[in-house]
Order: sequence, then structure tokens, then C-alpha cells
Amino acid sequence: MPSNERRKQILKGLYDGVVAFDEDSVVEFSKAAIGEGVDAYDALMKGLAVGMEKVGELYASREYFVPELLLCADALYAGLDILRPHVKGGGSEESGKKIVLGVVEGDVHDIGKNLVKVMFDAAGWEVYDLGNDVPLDRFVEEQQKTNADVVGISALMTTSMLAMPRVTKMIKTRNPNVAVMLGGAPITREIATSYGADGYADNAGEAVEEAGKMVQMIQKGETAHN
Amino acid sequence: METRVSSATKEVIISGERPTVLIGERINPTGKKKLAAALQAGDLDLVRQEALAQVQAKADILDVNVGIPEVDEATLLPRAIRAVMDVVDVPLSIDSSNPKALAAALETYRGKALINSVTGQNDSLEQILPLVKEHQAAVVGLTMDEEGIPTDADGRVSIARKIVERATAMGIPREDIIIDCLSMPTAADNKTAIVIIEAIRRIRAELGLNQTMGTSNVSFGLPDRPLLNSAFLAMVIQQGVTCPVVDVAKVRPFVLATDALLGRDMYMQRYIQAFRERDK
Repeated sequence: MPSNERRKQILKGLYDGVVAFDEDSVVEFSKAAIGEGVDAYDALMKGLAVGMEKVGELYASREYFVPELLLCADALYAGLDILRPHVKGGGSEESGKKIVLGVVEGDVHDIGKNLVKVMFDAAGWEVYDLGNDVPLDRFVEEQQKTNADVVGISALMTTSMLAMPRVTKMIKTRNPNVAVMLGGAPITREIATSYGADGYADNAGEAVEEAGKMVQMIQKGETAHN
Repeated sequence: METRVSSATKEVIISGERPTVLIGERINPTGKKKLAAALQAGDLDLVRQEALAQVQAKADILDVNVGIPEVDEATLLPRAIRAVMDVVDVPLSIDSSNPKALAAALETYRGKALINSVTGQNDSLEQILPLVKEHQAAVVGLTMDEEGIPTDADGRVSIARKIVERATAMGIPREDIIIDCLSMPTAADNKTAIVIIEAIRRIRAELGLNQTMGTSNVSFGLPDRPLLNSAFLAMVIQQGVTCPVVDVAKVRPFVLATDALLGRDMYMQRYIQAFRERDK
């Protein structure tokens, strides 16, 4: 077991490595965590995940931009690859939360969705990414197959966003306890609500927090609509 | 290659030999909460204001898009077209993917419209091209099909070719087809803009058609977007975009500078005149 001080140093190294998109440093500290007996789940959640959370904040406040987010994500995944195999139960069962993600059919704009995926990966969710131009049925099928808590749907074009109320309804009809979250440039919270969704996030940084809130609300039996 | 579009009283000629034609983008509710709310309520005052302001800013053509959720576009689009025709006299680009809305808008339009748009998807070709033919309109062809937007120049060129073949087979003149290669964000893949530029170059070289493009997508997720948009605009105009869809008030100076440098502004009078007007 490392000393308390060394443990803190490793967690900070992971955090800093993600924020500074220093992949080498993240790899080095991830190996140190495993080699020196830091709990892998702690390293993941208290090092990498909080680092990525910080990156989300920097993006939301326009200090970081998309290319930098992608670099941070590379650093994050380099760390996840090393740490995850050492987490008991594979790393995501601890949080136990699952999300299905995809861009609606007719739309291939997936940068936003990919950033959202990174944030959920970082936060320890199990992510089922359907990609872009996803037929509406696929969201319903995948949710049923995985029993995901949340379905996150993205659209960039006003033409493709028109499918969102339909897919939201399809998912909710099958399983009213699934939380549906919408996002993408033309979407606002008002539109998401009018489409029958439970949640909305303005950017990738806010998506995980919103999803967490939605899951809690649904567990308490109070969806956005009652 | 000359594409002519007109209002009841004005003709605009789009051609690589002439100054770049600016299509005003602002009558479009995407990302504009106020306009979206007004349209939802059926209120067209903002549409009239945007039309006037853009023509004052020297837009040559105005794009009119009223596509928002829970609104019957087939009713609203012709109303919007009439509202715009009441206050300005430039030709219009009627922007919808809904064939019923396009048909209704074309019934009410006076002049030779630009229909925005048809794609390489068979459904779209079958529904939109007959309208183009019937109304002797010009049409924007988007280089996307059932598979989405190709990630390479080859794919975009072959969809453009398909659109031209299908349209000309119906008797639509080549010059009435304007291709849009579709700009994409470059933040996630720094080869994106280069691929688009290459597609534009090839469509000009191989098909000789006029081309349009909304350029602001390229800068998504990046700081100082107007700077990137302007640099990109200059490049695509140089390669063959002859009628970009833009925020005219913001980018006209850059376009005039580009035209002046490309020898499309005799004695640079448009550039100089615009300077004098700004300097007043």
C-alpha cells in the first residue's frame, strides 16, 4: 500500500494528466496506481473522472475547445484501458448506471454525441453507443436489450430533430421508467420538455449531471411530467 | 455557366465570371429562439424585419426557411414567402425538405425561384425534381444520399453527378442546378475542410456547375468562429462556390475583398464603394 501522500500524488497526477491532455503522464500514473496498490476504482473515479469533469467545465466556460476535448479524451482512455481491468466487476457495475447514446436517423453530425460519450465513460457509466443516423427502432431495441437507465438522443439539424418526439414516445411507451435526454444545437430545454423528454443538457459537461438527476427522479417516481 | 433566378421585378445571375452572389441566411429559426417563437405563433413581423435588414445589407437573394416542430410548413412557408415578397424585391431561395411545403410556396411565388433543396436520395429526387421542372425553377442539390454525407471528395462528386443526371433526364437545364457540397465541422478532424475544398474544385472542373454552401459549420466548437469562417469562405469562393449562404451584414466585406483579389470586381469598385460606406 502506498503512503497517503503518494496515493494523493498519483490521483493528482491522473487528474492533471487528463486536464493537460498529457497521455504519457496518464499512462505513467495509471501504471503506478496499479503497481503500488492504489485501488483501481479510486484511481478511476477520484483521478481520471474528476479530471474529465474539470475538462467539461473548461469546455462549458469556453476555455477549452473541441480539439482539446478530444485530446483530453485520448488521455482519459489511455488511463481507462490500464485501470479498468483491475476494477472489481469491470469498472462500471459500481455505479451500476447505463446509457444508450445515438444521433437520430437522417443526421450524421456526431461530434457532440461523441463528447457526451466521453463524459459518461469518464463518470463510470456503461455506455452503449449506437453511432449516427440511427433508425428510431434501434434506440428502443438497445434500451430493452441493455436495460439502460437513460437514453440520450442527439440531433443537429432541424429536419432530423423532428423525429425526436416520436422516438421519445416509442421508448417511453415500452418502458416509462427509462429517462430520455435530448441534446444538440437546435434543442433547448423547452423543446426537450415539449417533446416529452425527461432531460436536456446544453453541453457534454452538463450531460452526466443531468442524467444522474433524471435517474434519481425516476427512481423516486417523479418524472418531469407528473 | 450562368444560373438565373428572379423575383417579379429583379433578375440575379449567378456565375463564376461575376461577383459572388450572397444568399442571406437569417430567415431560419435554427438556433434563433425569438424567430422560432414568433413563427410558432404565426407572427411574421420578424421575418419581414430580417428580410429588410438583409437586403439593406446588400443580400442578393434571401433564403426563407420556417422549419420548426409542430408547425404546418405547408401553410406557414407560403405565408412567409408572401410576407417577404411584400417588403423586398430580391429573388428568394425557398428552403424546405418538405415537398408539400415547397409546392405550396412555389404556387405563390412570383418569378423564377431557387428551390433549396434536393438530395441524392431517391425519395428526394422523385419528389422534388418534378416541382423544379413544373415551376421552371433552379434547385440546390445537396451531396448527401441514403448513406449520409460522404467523407471523401469522390463520394460528394458522384452524388452531384447523380443529381445532374436525374435532373437533366427530366429536361431540367444543367445551369439550373446548383450544388452544395455541405460544410462540416473541422474541429474533430482537421482534414474535413480540405476534403470539402477538393470536392468543390472537382465539381467546378468536372461538372462546371454553380455552387452554394453555408460556411459557418466548419468552425463549430472552435474559438473566434467569424475568423475561421471568413478564411474558409475565401477558399471556397476561390475554388468554385459562386453563391454562398451567409450572414450578409457580417461577411460581405470579406467576400468583396475576395472578389476583388480574384479579378471579379472591375477596377475594384465594389470593394472601394463598400469601404466608403463603412467609413462614413
